[in-house]
Amino acid sequence: MKVSQIALVAAALATASVASATVKIGFVTTLTTPAAIIGKDMENSVNLAMEHLGGKAGSTPLQVIFADDGFKPDVGKQATDRLLKQDNVDFVAGYIWSHVLLASQKSVLDAGKFLITSNAGPSPMAGKLCNKNFFSTAGQNDQTPMALGEVLNKKGVKSAYVMAPNYAAGKDMAAGFERTFKGKVVGKDLTKWGADAQLDFSAELAKVRASNAEAIFVFYPGAAGPAFIKQYEQSGLSKTVPLYSVFTVDSLSLPRLQKANFQAAVGSRTTQLWDPTLDNAANKRYVADYKKKFGGYPSYYGAQAYDAIMLIASAVKAVGGDVSNPDKVRAALKAANYESVRGKYTYGNNHFPIQNFYLREVVKDSEGNWTTKVVETVYTNHVDAYAAECKM
Amino acid sequence: MDGSLLLMQVINGLQLGLLLFMVASGLTLVFGILDFVNLAHASLYMVGAMICAWLSYLVGGFVVAVLLALPLTALVGWAIERWVARRLYARNHLDHVLATFGLILVLNTSAHLLWGPEGIPVALPDYLKGQLVLGDDLVLPKYRVIIIAAGLLAALGLFWLVTRTKLGMLIRAGASNRQMVAALGINIELLFTVVFSLGAVLAGLAGMLITPITEASLGMGNAIIITAFVVIIVGGIGSIKGSFVAALLIGMIDTLGRSFLDVALGWVFSANAAENSAPAISAMLIYIIMALVLAVKPQGLFPPKVR
Repeated sequence: MKVSQIALVAAALATASVASATVKIGFVTTLTTPAAIIGKDMENSVNLAMEHLGGKAGSTPLQVIFADDGFKPDVGKQATDRLLKQDNVDFVAGYIWSHVLLASQKSVLDAGKFLITSNAGPSPMAGKLCNKNFFSTAGQNDQTPMALGEVLNKKGVKSAYVMAPNYAAGKDMAAGFERTFKGKVVGKDLTKWGADAQLDFSAELAKVRASNAEAIFVFYPGAAGPAFIKQYEQSGLSKTVPLYSVFTVDSLSLPRLQKANFQAAVGSRTTQLWDPTLDNAANKRYVADYKKKFGGYPSYYGAQAYDAIMLIASAVKAVGGDVSNPDKVRAALKAANYESVRGKYTYGNNHFPIQNFYLREVVKDSEGNWTTKVVETVYTNHVDAYAAECKM
Repeated sequence: MDGSLLLMQVINGLQLGLLLFMVASGLTLVFGILDFVNLAHASLYMVGAMICAWLSYLVGGFVVAVLLALPLTALVGWAIERWVARRLYARNHLDHVLATFGLILVLNTSAHLLWGPEGIPVALPDYLKGQLVLGDDLVLPKYRVIIIAAGLLAALGLFWLVTRTKLGMLIRAGASNRQMVAALGINIELLFTVVFSLGAVLAGLAGMLITPITEASLGMGNAIIITAFVVIIVGGIGSIKGSFVAALLIGMIDTLGRSFLDVALGWVFSANAAENSAPAISAMLIYIIMALVLAVKPQGLFPPKVR
């Protein structure tokens, strides 16, 4: 054969092999420690997404490699490095915790790979540290508490007590709430966080009582949430100071609260960018299949993880499986051309979704399970507060 | 700062201190008398809590579950002493650390296999829920008062055991001079088994008591074990009186620090600086106390009479 024919065959073989080469997605989440309950929800949702996709984006096979961050930034960074160097993934997704994301993002972005966060949304990533290869399928941390601050304003609440854990996201939540809440913050407590977090809030709850606050705003994700709600009810404050929370009362904590019958959770209000009752086809399918396969409702952690896989799949499909050209992949990601379970959204300049935020209330469903439902839309197409700080 | 808030925080500190005492007393007994460094003490705390939580669903009541779980935890303690600790008494502390660290892994994984990674929430019976209202501003959760009562009972029981019974006399003698006790013909092996099981029961009881407030989970021992070691170091290793005083001291300092440090710092620094530094400093307070005690009185506040 002539050289040009050999070259032609070689090129054909090369493109053929590229098109069917597996696209690898590394997914960093918490699979050990009591916080693994969140990681499990994300893992289930990611596996469900892969099932719905048939393991492929178009004709390109996808592979998800899970890694555990052990709820620690240094372990998360090591897991990320391993995914990049050892497993040679094309996309890195996941990240529950803001401090783990902040520790790991440099490794991914310096390597020129795409980083899709499916929960953590620390303010630096939306502002000064924004990056063209970074996308979020969640929200920016401050947005959800900002929406809740508006809710309290509308209700005419004049004073509130703020409690959150002492780490990046806790501070973001408190800052977000204080940004929109027009009343007086009569007390603020940032409690010890980490693998041996403070779970006994007796001292802080006594301060809440003494402050005569009209409402209490809390952010306690993971195991601390049920612990806080139990003690809030045991202290008697549930009768006098209504509870407004973000990322605390969700499909993961509600079954455990129901099992221990802590009624203080029912009727409490929270804001979120997603709810199991959101009325769109993708969400109905996700929630129904999740319930069938795993029993119980998925949480927003799971919904965001499901969306991350769907977003990546849509981008891989749009470039025909050829992820070698980052500009094309980036454009496909930015288009967000997929059926998100929260409904259609667009990406802002800092690659955070411009989306709605809803007020949710804890109710009992038709089978008597404690779950949430949407009361009203608080923000429509909300842009986060740090977008202007991003130079993109 | 009003009086009722201060009083409530003192009571909260007392409750934390008594829980710490229950964990620390077992640790100090084992360390002081058996000269055995038991890192797995926290796992016994967790095992007791998990057994009780699991039983509370089986028998349908929290109090009954506690009463049934106590002897079961003693059994676990006995098993550990019989097959792990007993072989290692003659060895040095490093071997103890290695062995009990391995034990932690075994116990944690066994709990994980038996009960799953998520932990078990515990419901309180109705008669233990609710609050006690004393005066205008003093509202205490009923259950925390019960923890204080249980802690004081445990402390009194331990005090009576150690000072008024023959077993207690043998324990104190063993803490002073183990070889002499053995030479006098006392069955030192049985004594050690009893002490070890007693420590396990105390730790397990503390775990059981805290679960209705938080929940029974696999990692629950991590937070308390470091504080327990600080307590026994401050109190004096082998001394129950020392661990009682140190536990109350540390419980108070930790609680009052969390309550009032931001206010106190606010008098000296700006409000923003106080708000940001208070959580970090209050987390460090107990270690600062430990460092101070070690600097001034290295043997602890109430060390037992030396062997």
